[in-house]
Amino acid sequence: MKRACHLLLGIGLVASSASFALGPGDAAPALRLASASGQSVELDKLRGKVVYVDFWASWCGPCKRSFPWMNDMLAKYRAQGLEIVAVNVDRKREDAERFLAAAPAQFTVVYDASGSAPAAWQVKAMPTSYLIDANGTIALVESGFRDERKGEVEDRIRAVLAAGPRK
Amino acid sequence: MKAAFAFVLACALSGCAAYAPPQAWEKQYLAKPAMQFDYDKLDAKNVQHIYFSKEGAAGGYGIGGGGCGCN
Repeated sequence: MKRACHLLLGIGLVASSASFALGPGDAAPALRLASASGQSVELDKLRGKVVYVDFWASWCGPCKRSFPWMNDMLAKYRAQGLEIVAVNVDRKREDAERFLAAAPAQFTVVYDASGSAPAAWQVKAMPTSYLIDANGTIALVESGFRDERKGEVEDRIRAVLAAGPRK
Repeated sequence: MKAAFAFVLACALSGCAAYAPPQAWEKQYLAKPAMQFDYDKLDAKNVQHIYFSKEGAAGGYGIGGGGCGCN
């Protein structure tokens, strides 16, 4: 009995601290958040398109550098079916607005001050981006934003766009 | 007695587990420049200078010089 108790306790401790990161091949978790205008943006409604979901915050330096690049990507690949949804995780909306004034976004920006979306998506670093293919499956998880990774990520976007939805 | 000890130990251990480090999206205040150890470069340099002068040892912080307190 005592041993069973200890075992249970051990399992409980391990289970409470362990978390399993999302990776390529996993189904994208649900995402339903409002934009600044109050318009609801739902990932499921974008099924059939390739969606680049980016979690960012105003206090995150690399995020600021990623915005011009994401604008570029959208301009280049929108016609082929790319959508970019940037999820802001700031507690205060003013912080995000100040950031957006300095780094304007051509793509969709939604807000989650509660932190439930990054928790569901198991965000491990800021920024973290997820490339979702036309079937709603994660194709790539990119932690951080590094200049030397830009080419690789763009290649992946192009490949996923070319693959299209599952027949 | 042994069981009680195990229980207390388990409580203590799981108590520590309750203090999870902040998640990546919760680091707004930790990301502020003021939260860095060497936020004030001049002050950091002074502190290091006094430290290595007093300790009679130098190095490890990128400031050259010996332990004489003269540099």
